[in-house]
Amino acid sequence: MKIAVLTKAIPSYESSIRVDSSGKWIDESVVNYVVNESDSYALEEALQIKESIGNEPEVVVVTLGSEANTSKVIKDGLAKGADRGIFINNESSTTDPLTIAKLFSEHLKSENFDIVFSGLQSDDMGAGQTGVLIGEMLNMSTATLAIETQAESSKIKVKRELESGWFQWVTLPLPASISIQSGINEPRYPSLKGIMGAKRKELNIFDASPENQSQNFVNLYVPKNEKVTEKIEGDVDTVVSKIMDVLKNKLKVI
Amino acid sequence: MILVVLENQRGNIHPFSIEAVAAGQRFASELNFDLAILCMGEKVDELKNQAQAFKASKLITAKNSMIDMYSADGYSKVLSDIINELSPKYVLMGHSYMVRDFLPRVSAKLNIPFVSDIISVDFNNGSPLYSKQVFNAKLATSIELSSDQALLSFQSAAFSSDDIENGAPETELEFDVQLSDQDIRSDSEPEFQESSSGVDLTAAELIVSVGRGIESEDNLPTMQSLADSMGAEVASSRPVVDMGWLPAYRQVGSSGQVVSPKLYFSVGISGAIQHVVGMKGSKNILAINKDEDAPIFEIADYAVVGDLMEIVPKLTEEINKSK
Repeated sequence: MKIAVLTKAIPSYESSIRVDSSGKWIDESVVNYVVNESDSYALEEALQIKESIGNEPEVVVVTLGSEANTSKVIKDGLAKGADRGIFINNESSTTDPLTIAKLFSEHLKSENFDIVFSGLQSDDMGAGQTGVLIGEMLNMSTATLAIETQAESSKIKVKRELESGWFQWVTLPLPASISIQSGINEPRYPSLKGIMGAKRKELNIFDASPENQSQNFVNLYVPKNEKVTEKIEGDVDTVVSKIMDVLKNKLKVI
Repeated sequence: MILVVLENQRGNIHPFSIEAVAAGQRFASELNFDLAILCMGEKVDELKNQAQAFKASKLITAKNSMIDMYSADGYSKVLSDIINELSPKYVLMGHSYMVRDFLPRVSAKLNIPFVSDIISVDFNNGSPLYSKQVFNAKLATSIELSSDQALLSFQSAAFSSDDIENGAPETELEFDVQLSDQDIRSDSEPEFQESSSGVDLTAAELIVSVGRGIESEDNLPTMQSLADSMGAEVASSRPVVDMGWLPAYRQVGSSGQVVSPKLYFSVGISGAIQHVVGMKGSKNILAINKDEDAPIFEIADYAVVGDLMEIVPKLTEEINKSK
Protein backbone atom coordinates (compact mmCIF):
# COMPACT_ATOMS: atom_id res chain seq x y z
CA MET A 1 0.00 0.00 0.00
CA LYS A 2 1.21 3.49 -0.85
CA ILE A 3 -0.09 6.56 0.96
CA ALA A 4 0.58 10.14 -0.15
CA VAL A 5 0.12 12.96 2.34
CA LEU A 6 -0.27 16.45 0.89
CA THR A 7 1.14 19.12 3.16
CA LYS A 8 1.46 22.84 2.76
CA ALA A 9 3.62 25.50 4.38
CA ILE A 10 1.48 28.35 5.71
CA PRO A 11 2.16 31.34 7.96
CA SER A 12 2.08 30.33 11.62
CA TYR A 13 -0.93 31.30 13.66
CA GLU A 14 1.10 33.93 15.56
CA SER A 15 2.69 35.47 12.46
CA SER A 16 2.00 39.05 11.60
CA ILE A 17 0.15 39.12 8.26
CA ARG A 18 0.70 42.32 6.28
CA VAL A 19 0.05 43.15 2.65
CA ASP A 20 3.33 43.79 0.80
CA SER A 21 4.10 46.74 -1.47
CA SER A 22 2.72 44.96 -4.57
CA GLY A 23 -0.71 44.84 -2.90
CA LYS A 24 -1.09 41.30 -4.18
CA TRP A 25 0.68 39.17 -1.59
CA ILE A 26 1.83 39.23 2.02
CA ASP A 27 5.18 40.43 3.31
CA GLU A 28 6.84 37.03 3.68
CA SER A 29 9.94 38.43 5.36
CA VAL A 30 8.09 38.81 8.68
CA VAL A 31 6.29 35.48 8.49
CA ASN A 32 7.26 32.18 10.07
CA TYR A 33 6.13 29.27 7.87
CA VAL A 34 4.84 26.08 9.50
CA VAL A 35 2.90 22.98 8.44
CA ASN A 36 -0.79 23.68 7.85
CA GLU A 37 -2.66 22.45 10.91
CA SER A 38 -5.01 19.90 9.35
CA ASP A 39 -2.14 18.56 7.19
CA SER A 40 -0.24 17.47 10.29
CA TYR A 41 -3.32 15.48 11.34
CA ALA A 42 -3.36 13.94 7.84
CA LEU A 43 0.27 12.87 8.18
CA GLU A 44 -0.36 11.37 11.62
CA GLU A 45 -3.34 9.40 10.25
CA ALA A 46 -1.12 7.96 7.49
CA LEU A 47 1.63 7.05 9.94
CA GLN A 48 -0.87 5.32 12.24
CA ILE A 49 -2.25 3.29 9.33
CA LYS A 50 1.30 2.32 8.39
CA GLU A 51 2.06 1.20 11.94
CA SER A 52 -1.22 -0.66 12.33
CA ILE A 53 -0.66 -2.81 9.26
CA GLY A 54 2.83 -4.05 10.00
CA ASN A 55 4.78 -1.08 8.68
CA GLU A 56 4.18 -2.38 5.17
CA PRO A 57 2.62 0.77 3.64
CA GLU A 58 4.92 3.41 2.25
CA VAL A 59 4.11 6.96 3.37
CA VAL A 60 5.20 9.74 1.02
CA VAL A 61 4.98 13.37 2.06
CA VAL A 62 4.18 15.65 -0.89
CA THR A 63 4.28 19.41 -0.97
CA LEU A 64 4.04 22.26 -3.44
CA GLY A 65 5.35 25.75 -2.89
CA SER A 66 8.41 27.91 -2.92
CA GLU A 67 11.66 26.37 -1.73
CA ALA A 68 12.26 28.98 0.98
CA ASN A 69 8.92 28.37 2.69
CA THR A 70 8.45 24.71 2.04
CA SER A 71 11.73 22.89 2.72
CA LYS A 72 10.99 22.85 6.46
CA VAL A 73 7.64 21.18 5.86
CA ILE A 74 9.16 18.28 3.94
CA LYS A 75 11.89 17.82 6.56
CA ASP A 76 9.28 17.82 9.30
CA GLY A 77 7.28 15.09 7.52
CA LEU A 78 10.33 12.91 6.95
CA ALA A 79 11.48 13.40 10.55
CA LYS A 80 8.09 12.30 11.86
CA GLY A 81 8.29 9.06 9.90
CA ALA A 82 7.35 9.51 6.23
CA ASP A 83 9.50 7.24 4.05
CA ARG A 84 10.28 9.72 1.31
CA GLY A 85 9.30 13.10 -0.04
CA ILE A 86 8.12 14.72 -3.25
CA PHE A 87 8.60 18.45 -3.58
CA ILE A 88 6.97 20.36 -6.43
CA ASN A 89 8.77 23.67 -6.62
CA ASN A 90 6.33 26.44 -7.54
CA GLU A 91 7.52 29.98 -6.89
CA SER A 92 4.13 31.50 -7.76
CA SER A 93 2.13 32.10 -4.60
CA THR A 94 -1.20 32.81 -6.27
CA THR A 95 -1.73 29.67 -8.33
CA ASP A 96 -5.43 28.80 -8.44
CA PRO A 97 -6.89 25.53 -7.05
CA LEU A 98 -7.51 23.84 -10.41
CA THR A 99 -3.94 24.56 -11.55
CA ILE A 100 -2.45 23.40 -8.24
CA ALA A 101 -4.39 20.13 -8.51
CA LYS A 102 -3.18 19.62 -12.09
CA LEU A 103 0.43 20.08 -10.97
CA PHE A 104 0.00 17.56 -8.17
CA SER A 105 -1.82 15.08 -10.39
CA GLU A 106 0.81 15.28 -13.11
CA HIS A 107 3.55 14.31 -10.64
CA LEU A 108 1.53 11.79 -8.61
CA LYS A 109 -0.08 9.88 -11.48
CA SER A 110 2.75 7.41 -12.14
CA GLU A 111 3.09 6.69 -8.41
CA ASN A 112 -0.30 4.94 -8.32
CA PHE A 113 -1.03 5.84 -4.72
CA ASP A 114 -3.73 3.79 -2.97
CA ILE A 115 -4.60 6.62 -0.59
CA VAL A 116 -4.08 10.37 -0.83
CA PHE A 117 -4.60 12.20 2.45
CA SER A 118 -4.80 15.98 2.69
CA GLY A 119 -5.86 18.49 5.33
CA LEU A 120 -9.41 19.73 4.79
CA GLN A 121 -8.21 23.19 3.85
CA SER A 122 -5.15 25.39 4.10
CA ASP A 123 -5.17 28.27 6.55
CA ASP A 124 -3.84 30.68 3.92
CA MET A 125 -5.98 30.78 0.76
CA GLY A 126 -8.44 28.30 2.20
CA ALA A 127 -10.10 27.07 -1.00
CA GLY A 128 -10.48 23.59 0.49
CA GLN A 129 -10.54 21.90 -2.91
CA THR A 130 -7.15 20.30 -3.61
CA GLY A 131 -7.77 16.78 -2.26
CA VAL A 132 -11.10 16.38 -4.06
CA LEU A 133 -9.82 17.89 -7.34
CA ILE A 134 -6.87 15.47 -7.35
CA GLY A 135 -9.21 12.59 -6.55
CA GLU A 136 -11.25 13.34 -9.65
CA MET A 137 -8.18 13.91 -11.84
CA LEU A 138 -6.61 10.60 -10.77
CA ASN A 139 -9.94 8.74 -10.98
CA MET A 140 -10.11 8.03 -7.25
CA SER A 141 -13.09 7.92 -4.93
CA THR A 142 -13.20 10.87 -2.53
CA ALA A 143 -14.44 11.91 0.88
CA THR A 144 -13.93 15.05 2.93
CA LEU A 145 -13.79 16.09 6.59
CA ALA A 146 -12.81 12.64 7.87
CA ILE A 147 -12.71 12.39 11.65
CA GLU A 148 -11.99 8.64 11.81
CA THR A 149 -10.61 6.16 9.29
CA GLN A 150 -10.41 2.37 9.10
CA ALA A 151 -8.12 1.27 6.27
CA GLU A 152 -8.04 -2.23 4.79
CA SER A 153 -6.17 -3.61 1.79
CA SER A 154 -8.77 -2.68 -0.84
CA LYS A 155 -11.04 -0.20 0.90
CA ILE A 156 -11.19 2.49 3.53
CA LYS A 157 -14.07 3.29 5.85
CA VAL A 158 -14.33 6.94 6.81
CA LYS A 159 -16.42 8.74 9.39
CA ARG A 160 -17.37 12.06 7.79
CA GLU A 161 -18.26 15.13 9.76
CA LEU A 162 -21.45 16.77 8.49
CA GLU A 163 -22.91 20.07 9.65
CA SER A 164 -24.45 20.81 13.07
CA GLY A 165 -23.21 17.72 14.90
CA TRP A 166 -24.24 15.09 12.32
CA PHE A 167 -21.95 12.33 11.04
CA GLN A 168 -21.90 9.63 8.39
CA TRP A 169 -19.85 6.51 7.69
CA VAL A 170 -18.80 6.08 4.07
CA THR A 171 -16.85 3.14 2.66
CA LEU A 172 -14.68 3.92 -0.34
CA PRO A 173 -12.88 1.48 -2.60
CA LEU A 174 -9.18 2.23 -3.08
CA PRO A 175 -7.66 4.25 -4.59
CA ALA A 176 -9.21 7.08 -2.57
CA SER A 177 -8.42 10.71 -1.83
CA ILE A 178 -9.59 11.79 1.61
CA SER A 179 -9.39 15.14 3.36
CA ILE A 180 -8.78 15.03 7.09
CA GLN A 181 -10.44 17.22 9.71
CA SER A 182 -8.34 18.66 12.55
CA GLY A 183 -8.62 16.78 15.82
CA ILE A 184 -8.80 13.27 14.30
CA ASN A 185 -5.71 12.10 16.24
CA GLU A 186 -2.78 13.45 18.24
CA PRO A 187 0.02 14.42 15.88
CA ARG A 188 3.42 13.23 17.08
CA TYR A 189 6.55 15.30 17.48
CA PRO A 190 9.61 14.22 15.52
CA SER A 191 12.15 12.24 17.56
CA LEU A 192 15.84 13.13 17.53
CA LYS A 193 16.49 9.87 15.71
CA GLY A 194 13.81 10.81 13.18
CA ILE A 195 15.36 14.22 12.62
CA MET A 196 18.80 12.69 12.04
CA GLY A 197 17.37 9.96 9.78
CA ALA A 198 15.37 12.43 7.67
CA LYS A 199 18.54 13.67 5.98
CA ARG A 200 19.16 10.27 4.40
CA LYS A 201 15.63 9.85 3.05
CA GLU A 202 14.83 10.16 -0.65
CA LEU A 203 13.47 13.50 -1.85
CA ASN A 204 12.34 13.98 -5.46
CA ILE A 205 12.17 17.56 -6.63
CA PHE A 206 10.20 18.74 -9.64
CA ASP A 207 10.02 22.23 -11.06
CA ALA A 208 6.53 23.43 -11.81
CA SER A 209 5.60 26.05 -14.31
CA PRO A 210 1.88 26.76 -13.85
CA GLU A 211 -0.04 27.19 -17.08
CA ASN A 212 -2.48 30.04 -17.64
CA GLN A 213 -5.07 29.97 -14.92
CA SER A 214 -8.59 31.33 -14.88
CA GLN A 215 -8.73 32.69 -11.31
CA ASN A 216 -6.77 35.90 -11.05
CA PHE A 217 -6.11 37.27 -7.57
CA VAL A 218 -6.50 41.01 -8.12
CA ASN A 219 -5.46 42.27 -4.70
CA LEU A 220 -5.14 41.54 -1.00
CA TYR A 221 -6.59 43.93 1.55
CA VAL A 222 -7.50 44.33 5.19
CA PRO A 223 -11.24 43.68 5.48
CA LYS A 224 -13.39 46.67 6.27
CA ASN A 225 -15.09 46.67 9.60
CA GLU A 226 -18.80 46.70 8.82
CA LYS A 227 -19.88 47.20 12.39
CA VAL A 228 -19.50 50.17 14.68
CA THR A 229 -17.11 48.75 17.22
CA GLU A 230 -16.68 50.45 20.55
CA LYS A 231 -13.10 50.08 21.77
CA ILE A 232 -12.68 49.49 25.47
CA GLU A 233 -9.23 50.69 26.46
CA GLY A 234 -7.18 51.61 29.51
CA ASP A 235 -5.53 49.84 32.43
CA VAL A 236 -7.09 46.67 33.81
CA ASP A 237 -9.28 48.46 36.37
CA THR A 238 -10.57 50.92 33.79
CA VAL A 239 -11.29 48.13 31.29
CA VAL A 240 -13.14 46.11 33.94
CA SER A 241 -15.30 49.06 35.01
CA LYS A 242 -16.09 49.89 31.37
CA ILE A 243 -17.11 46.28 30.70
CA MET A 244 -19.26 46.40 33.85
CA ASP A 245 -21.00 49.49 32.46
CA VAL A 246 -21.71 47.70 29.18
CA LEU A 247 -23.04 44.56 30.86
CA LYS A 248 -25.10 46.38 33.44
CA ASN A 249 -26.38 49.54 31.81
CA LYS A 250 -26.21 49.03 28.07
CA LEU A 251 -27.00 45.35 27.64
CA LYS A 252 -28.68 44.84 31.02
CA VAL A 253 -27.50 41.26 31.24
CA ILE A 254 -26.33 41.36 34.86
CA MET B 1 -28.28 31.03 -17.80
CA ILE B 2 -27.59 31.23 -14.07
CA LEU B 3 -28.08 27.84 -12.38
CA VAL B 4 -28.74 27.62 -8.64
CA VAL B 5 -28.48 24.14 -7.15
CA LEU B 6 -30.58 23.47 -4.04
CA GLU B 7 -29.42 21.22 -1.24
CA ASN B 8 -31.81 19.17 0.86
CA GLN B 9 -31.12 19.34 4.57
CA ARG B 10 -33.22 16.64 6.18
CA GLY B 11 -36.44 17.59 4.44
CA ASN B 12 -35.97 21.33 3.99
CA ILE B 13 -34.06 23.51 1.59
CA HIS B 14 -30.69 24.17 3.23
CA PRO B 15 -30.58 27.78 4.55
CA PHE B 16 -27.41 28.37 2.51
CA SER B 17 -29.32 27.29 -0.63
CA ILE B 18 -32.04 29.85 0.04
CA GLU B 19 -29.33 32.52 0.14
CA ALA B 20 -27.96 31.05 -3.09
CA VAL B 21 -31.39 31.64 -4.68
CA ALA B 22 -31.14 35.29 -3.57
CA ALA B 23 -27.68 35.36 -5.17
CA GLY B 24 -29.04 33.76 -8.34
CA GLN B 25 -31.82 36.34 -8.71
CA ARG B 26 -29.29 39.12 -8.23
CA PHE B 27 -26.84 37.60 -10.77
CA ALA B 28 -29.68 37.15 -13.26
CA SER B 29 -30.79 40.78 -13.00
CA GLU B 30 -27.30 42.35 -12.83
CA LEU B 31 -25.90 40.33 -15.72
CA ASN B 32 -29.12 39.89 -17.69
CA PHE B 33 -29.44 36.10 -17.66
CA ASP B 34 -32.29 33.67 -17.13
CA LEU B 35 -32.39 31.96 -13.76
CA ALA B 36 -32.84 28.21 -13.42
CA ILE B 37 -33.17 26.40 -10.11
CA LEU B 38 -32.13 22.76 -9.87
CA CYS B 39 -33.56 20.24 -7.40
CA MET B 40 -31.63 17.00 -7.41
CA GLY B 41 -31.16 13.86 -5.39
CA GLU B 42 -32.71 13.16 -2.06
CA LYS B 43 -36.46 13.73 -1.65
CA VAL B 44 -36.50 15.82 -4.75
CA ASP B 45 -40.29 16.34 -4.66
CA GLU B 46 -40.07 18.01 -1.24
CA LEU B 47 -37.45 20.36 -2.55
CA LYS B 48 -39.47 21.04 -5.67
CA ASN B 49 -42.56 21.97 -3.65
CA GLN B 50 -40.61 24.43 -1.57
CA ALA B 51 -38.86 25.89 -4.62
CA GLN B 52 -42.24 26.82 -6.16
CA ALA B 53 -42.08 29.99 -4.05
CA PHE B 54 -39.11 31.47 -5.89
CA LYS B 55 -39.33 33.66 -8.96
CA ALA B 56 -37.27 32.01 -11.71
CA SER B 57 -37.40 31.18 -15.41
CA LYS B 58 -37.08 27.47 -14.95
CA LEU B 59 -37.31 24.78 -12.31
CA ILE B 60 -35.30 21.69 -13.14
CA THR B 61 -35.61 18.38 -11.36
CA ALA B 62 -33.12 15.52 -11.56
CA LYS B 63 -34.51 12.35 -10.08
CA ASN B 64 -33.01 8.88 -9.88
CA SER B 65 -33.03 6.29 -7.10
CA MET B 66 -29.24 6.08 -7.30
CA ILE B 67 -28.95 9.64 -6.04
CA ASP B 68 -31.69 9.36 -3.43
CA MET B 69 -28.80 9.21 -1.00
CA TYR B 70 -26.01 11.73 -1.43
CA SER B 71 -22.69 10.57 -2.85
CA ALA B 72 -19.85 12.66 -4.25
CA ASP B 73 -19.67 10.36 -7.28
CA GLY B 74 -23.40 10.49 -8.03
CA TYR B 75 -23.95 14.18 -7.47
CA SER B 76 -20.84 15.25 -9.39
CA LYS B 77 -21.74 13.05 -12.36
CA VAL B 78 -25.35 14.28 -12.56
CA LEU B 79 -24.49 17.96 -12.09
CA SER B 80 -21.69 17.69 -14.68
CA ASP B 81 -24.12 16.17 -17.18
CA ILE B 82 -26.61 18.97 -16.53
CA ILE B 83 -23.93 21.65 -16.96
CA ASN B 84 -22.80 20.02 -20.19
CA GLU B 85 -26.31 20.02 -21.56
CA LEU B 86 -27.50 23.45 -20.41
CA SER B 87 -24.19 25.39 -20.47
CA PRO B 88 -24.99 27.78 -17.59
CA LYS B 89 -22.67 30.76 -17.29
CA TYR B 90 -22.54 30.46 -13.50
CA VAL B 91 -23.49 27.61 -11.18
CA LEU B 92 -24.31 28.88 -7.67
CA MET B 93 -24.52 27.01 -4.37
CA GLY B 94 -24.15 27.73 -0.65
CA HIS B 95 -20.74 26.85 0.79
CA SER B 96 -21.97 23.86 2.78
CA TYR B 97 -20.05 20.75 3.77
CA MET B 98 -21.80 18.84 0.98
CA VAL B 99 -20.72 21.39 -1.61
CA ARG B 100 -17.13 21.15 -0.36
CA ASP B 101 -17.43 17.37 -0.74
CA PHE B 102 -18.55 17.14 -4.36
CA LEU B 103 -18.34 20.46 -6.24
CA PRO B 104 -14.52 20.29 -6.74
CA ARG B 105 -15.13 17.00 -8.61
CA VAL B 106 -17.39 18.87 -11.04
CA SER B 107 -14.72 21.55 -11.44
CA ALA B 108 -12.09 18.92 -12.30
CA LYS B 109 -14.40 16.91 -14.59
CA LEU B 110 -15.39 19.96 -16.66
CA ASN B 111 -12.24 22.06 -16.21
CA ILE B 112 -14.38 24.94 -14.93
CA PRO B 113 -12.96 27.02 -12.05
CA PHE B 114 -14.65 26.83 -8.67
CA VAL B 115 -14.46 29.96 -6.49
CA SER B 116 -15.40 28.72 -3.04
CA ASP B 117 -16.59 30.48 0.12
CA ILE B 118 -17.28 33.90 -1.46
CA ILE B 119 -18.27 36.63 1.02
CA SER B 120 -19.37 39.31 -1.46
CA VAL B 121 -19.68 40.08 -5.15
CA ASP B 122 -18.95 43.38 -6.91
CA PHE B 123 -20.79 43.16 -10.23
CA ASN B 124 -18.42 45.75 -11.67
CA ASN B 125 -20.40 46.54 -14.87
CA GLY B 126 -20.61 42.94 -15.95
CA SER B 127 -17.14 41.67 -14.99
CA PRO B 128 -17.79 40.44 -11.45
CA LEU B 129 -15.17 40.52 -8.72
CA TYR B 130 -15.48 37.94 -5.97
CA SER B 131 -14.24 38.62 -2.44
CA LYS B 132 -12.96 35.88 -0.19
CA GLN B 133 -11.45 35.79 3.26
CA VAL B 134 -7.88 34.50 3.33
CA PHE B 135 -5.17 33.95 5.95
CA ASN B 136 -7.70 32.92 8.57
CA ALA B 137 -9.85 35.98 7.85
CA LYS B 138 -7.01 38.35 8.67
CA LEU B 139 -7.09 39.55 5.03
CA ALA B 140 -9.46 39.42 2.08
CA THR B 141 -8.78 39.05 -1.63
CA SER B 142 -10.67 39.92 -4.81
CA ILE B 143 -10.74 37.38 -7.60
CA GLU B 144 -11.60 37.96 -11.25
CA LEU B 145 -12.26 35.14 -13.69
CA SER B 146 -11.13 34.73 -17.27
CA SER B 147 -13.15 31.58 -17.96
CA ASP B 148 -16.46 31.38 -19.83
CA GLN B 149 -18.12 29.49 -17.00
CA ALA B 150 -17.64 29.22 -13.25
CA LEU B 151 -18.82 27.38 -10.17
CA LEU B 152 -19.39 29.68 -7.20
CA SER B 153 -20.19 28.93 -3.56
CA PHE B 154 -21.20 31.55 -1.01
CA GLN B 155 -20.47 31.85 2.66
CA SER B 156 -23.59 32.23 4.78
CA ALA B 157 -24.94 35.81 4.76
CA ALA B 158 -23.07 36.78 1.56
CA PHE B 159 -26.60 37.23 0.20
CA SER B 160 -29.74 37.61 2.28
CA SER B 161 -32.83 35.44 2.00
CA ASP B 162 -34.80 38.62 2.81
CA ASP B 163 -34.00 39.85 -0.70
CA ILE B 164 -35.63 36.90 -2.45
CA GLU B 165 -38.25 37.81 -4.99
CA ASN B 166 -41.15 35.48 -4.50
CA GLY B 167 -43.17 34.19 -7.38
CA ALA B 168 -43.05 30.91 -9.22
CA PRO B 169 -40.85 29.30 -11.84
CA GLU B 170 -42.21 29.98 -15.32
CA THR B 171 -41.41 26.56 -16.76
CA GLU B 172 -40.42 23.16 -15.50
CA LEU B 173 -37.98 20.64 -16.89
CA GLU B 174 -37.28 17.09 -15.83
CA PHE B 175 -33.70 16.18 -16.57
CA ASP B 176 -33.11 12.66 -17.82
CA VAL B 177 -30.53 11.29 -15.35
CA GLN B 178 -28.13 8.73 -16.76
CA LEU B 179 -26.37 6.72 -14.05
CA SER B 180 -25.09 3.18 -13.88
CA ASP B 181 -23.90 1.06 -10.94
CA GLN B 182 -20.25 1.70 -11.78
CA ASP B 183 -20.69 5.45 -11.45
CA ILE B 184 -21.08 5.33 -7.69
CA ARG B 185 -18.14 3.69 -5.99
CA SER B 186 -18.79 4.61 -2.37
CA ASP B 187 -21.20 3.02 0.07
CA SER B 188 -22.85 5.53 2.44
CA GLU B 189 -24.55 4.67 5.71
CA PRO B 190 -27.38 6.75 7.17
CA GLU B 191 -26.48 10.05 8.82
CA PHE B 192 -26.53 10.08 12.62
CA GLN B 193 -26.07 12.43 15.58
CA GLU B 194 -23.80 11.65 18.47
CA SER B 195 -24.44 12.03 22.22
CA SER B 196 -27.80 13.65 22.76
CA SER B 197 -26.54 14.56 26.25
CA GLY B 198 -25.10 17.75 24.81
CA VAL B 199 -26.02 21.29 25.71
CA ASP B 200 -28.36 23.24 23.48
CA LEU B 201 -26.32 26.39 23.06
CA THR B 202 -28.83 27.71 20.56
CA ALA B 203 -31.25 28.36 23.42
CA ALA B 204 -28.72 30.22 25.60
CA GLU B 205 -29.26 33.95 26.13
CA LEU B 206 -25.70 34.52 27.32
CA ILE B 207 -22.61 32.69 26.14
CA VAL B 208 -19.02 32.94 27.32
CA SER B 209 -16.97 31.39 24.55
CA VAL B 210 -13.31 30.52 24.89
CA GLY B 211 -10.61 30.08 22.25
CA ARG B 212 -7.04 28.95 22.18
CA GLY B 213 -6.04 32.37 23.51
CA ILE B 214 -6.80 31.06 27.02
CA GLU B 215 -3.53 29.20 26.43
CA SER B 216 -4.01 26.37 28.91
CA GLU B 217 -6.65 23.95 30.12
CA ASP B 218 -5.73 25.17 33.62
CA ASN B 219 -7.34 28.52 32.80
CA LEU B 220 -10.74 26.98 32.05
CA PRO B 221 -12.05 27.22 35.64
CA THR B 222 -11.42 30.98 35.52
CA MET B 223 -13.56 31.23 32.39
CA GLN B 224 -16.21 28.96 33.92
CA SER B 225 -16.38 31.32 36.92
CA LEU B 226 -17.00 34.27 34.63
CA ALA B 227 -19.80 32.34 32.91
CA ASP B 228 -21.29 31.33 36.28
CA SER B 229 -21.24 34.92 37.52
CA MET B 230 -23.48 35.93 34.59
CA GLY B 231 -25.49 32.73 34.37
CA ALA B 232 -24.01 32.09 30.93
CA GLU B 233 -23.27 28.85 29.09
CA VAL B 234 -19.65 28.08 28.23
CA ALA B 235 -18.90 27.52 24.56
CA SER B 236 -15.70 27.34 22.55
CA SER B 237 -14.03 27.49 19.18
CA ARG B 238 -12.80 24.36 17.49
CA PRO B 239 -9.14 24.30 18.65
CA VAL B 240 -10.27 24.08 22.28
CA VAL B 241 -12.31 20.98 21.44
CA ASP B 242 -9.52 19.51 19.32
CA MET B 243 -7.15 19.82 22.27
CA GLY B 244 -9.66 18.00 24.44
CA TRP B 245 -10.23 20.89 26.84
CA LEU B 246 -14.00 20.94 26.28
CA PRO B 247 -16.45 18.39 24.80
CA ALA B 248 -17.50 18.75 21.15
CA TYR B 249 -21.07 19.73 22.06
CA ARG B 250 -19.74 23.03 23.41
CA GLN B 251 -18.34 23.99 20.03
CA VAL B 252 -19.70 26.93 18.05
CA GLY B 253 -19.00 27.17 14.34
CA SER B 254 -19.57 25.47 11.02
CA SER B 255 -18.96 22.03 12.49
CA GLY B 256 -20.61 22.86 15.81
CA GLN B 257 -23.69 24.80 16.82
CA VAL B 258 -24.95 28.03 15.28
CA VAL B 259 -25.95 30.45 18.03
CA SER B 260 -27.52 33.90 18.32
CA PRO B 261 -27.55 34.85 22.01
CA LYS B 262 -28.23 38.27 23.44
CA LEU B 263 -24.55 38.47 24.36
CA TYR B 264 -21.66 36.47 22.95
CA PHE B 265 -18.73 37.13 25.25
CA SER B 266 -15.70 35.91 23.33
CA VAL B 267 -12.48 35.30 25.23
CA GLY B 268 -9.23 34.54 23.40
CA ILE B 269 -10.93 33.69 20.10
CA SER B 270 -9.22 35.00 16.98
CA GLY B 271 -12.30 34.73 14.75
CA ALA B 272 -11.50 32.23 12.00
CA ILE B 273 -14.25 31.97 9.36
CA GLN B 274 -15.30 28.52 10.56
CA HIS B 275 -16.05 29.95 13.98
CA VAL B 276 -17.57 33.23 12.90
CA VAL B 277 -20.27 31.60 10.76
CA GLY B 278 -21.57 30.02 13.97
CA MET B 279 -21.92 33.21 16.02
CA LYS B 280 -22.10 36.28 13.83
CA GLY B 281 -25.87 36.37 14.30
CA SER B 282 -25.41 37.18 18.00
CA LYS B 283 -27.26 40.35 19.07
CA ASN B 284 -24.17 41.69 20.84
CA ILE B 285 -20.57 40.55 20.63
CA LEU B 286 -17.95 41.49 23.20
CA ALA B 287 -14.46 40.23 22.42
CA ILE B 288 -11.30 40.14 24.49
CA ASN B 289 -8.10 39.29 22.63
CA LYS B 290 -4.48 40.31 23.06
CA ASP B 291 -3.97 40.60 19.28
CA GLU B 292 -5.43 43.89 18.07
CA ASP B 293 -5.52 42.51 14.51
CA ALA B 294 -7.67 39.52 15.47
CA PRO B 295 -10.51 39.25 12.91
CA ILE B 296 -13.07 38.79 15.72
CA PHE B 297 -12.81 42.56 16.29
CA GLU B 298 -14.28 43.20 12.83
CA ILE B 299 -17.62 41.80 13.94
CA ALA B 300 -17.45 42.80 17.62
CA ASP B 301 -19.66 45.49 19.11
CA TYR B 302 -17.24 45.89 22.00
CA ALA B 303 -13.52 45.27 21.51
CA VAL B 304 -11.11 44.79 24.38
CA VAL B 305 -7.43 44.43 23.49
CA GLY B 306 -5.73 43.06 26.55
CA ASP B 307 -4.58 40.20 28.71
CA LEU B 308 -7.59 38.03 29.43
CA MET B 309 -6.03 36.41 32.49
CA GLU B 310 -5.74 39.85 34.09
CA ILE B 311 -9.17 41.08 33.03
CA VAL B 312 -11.41 38.03 33.49
CA PRO B 313 -10.78 37.30 37.23
CA LYS B 314 -11.28 40.96 38.17
CA LEU B 315 -14.40 41.23 36.06
CA THR B 316 -15.85 38.08 37.64
CA GLU B 317 -15.19 39.53 41.08
CA GLU B 318 -16.93 42.79 40.15
CA ILE B 319 -19.95 40.99 38.71
CA ASN B 320 -20.28 38.87 41.84
CA LYS B 321 -19.97 41.96 44.04
CA SER B 322 -22.69 43.77 42.11
CA LYS B 323 -25.29 41.12 42.86
